[in-house]
Amino acid sequence: MTTYQNGFSALADPTRREIFERVARRPRPVGELAEGLPVSRPAVSQHLRVLREAGLVVPTRDGSRRLYRVDPQGVAGMRSYLDRFWTDALAAFEDAARAEEDR
Amino acid sequence: MTQTTDAVTRSVLVPLEPGAAFELFTDRFGDWWPKDSHHIADADAAEVFLEARPGGRWYERGGDGAECDWGHVVEVDRPNRILLAWQLTPEWKFDPSEDATTHVEVTFNAEENGTRVTLTHSGFEVHGEPGAAMRESVGGEGGWASLMEIYKNAA
Repeated sequence: MTTYQNGFSALADPTRREIFERVARRPRPVGELAEGLPVSRPAVSQHLRVLREAGLVVPTRDGSRRLYRVDPQGVAGMRSYLDRFWTDALAAFEDAARAEEDR
Repeated sequence: MTQTTDAVTRSVLVPLEPGAAFELFTDRFGDWWPKDSHHIADADAAEVFLEARPGGRWYERGGDGAECDWGHVVEVDRPNRILLAWQLTPEWKFDPSEDATTHVEVTFNAEENGTRVTLTHSGFEVHGEPGAAMRESVGGEGGWASLMEIYKNAA
């Protein structure tokens, strides 16, 4: 559950969202992610750390390079949160409807 | 396979006529909604409301009396269908702007043993390109493996 909230909170920042989108297109190193962004490279590293803690991206090794790629489990977690949310809600509705029938 | 921006769909068969099922779902929303676990404000939701008319409010009222909107009613076709605008951001904050709105459609179809109630929550792509970008990403290497991992953990 926290993954869903952390995940979307992490994406509330426009620069961070841009970085995430770049990572989502294909795995990239920090330097490439920072290109053309109005923030410093250390700032990009900081954003990546937040995205990583939110379970949205993971660093991987490609030879000597460190590439960031999307962590599919983290993103899918946001959606599966709502999946559970509605499953629980409808189960409660079903119970109420059955109680209604018995009345 | 499941994609991040795909709609969430759930359905249940309830032993009521469509009219009664619709009334219970909407007019008596507060009678069944699991408000202890499914509320927005920090305070426990004392009451929840769904006004089943176009433009009607969908909101909760906390024990402290403060009201917190969830969204509003877009279309009503009693007792067949109701379309709701869900105006909560992923951080569970009310945001009435168009680009933060997702939709919840609930349909009521008569079946032999009652009414099939189907809920579809869609439009997650409004929460940013990440969803769309993700669609491409999960289609590639690692997508299925990761989803199966989630499935296994949930089972």
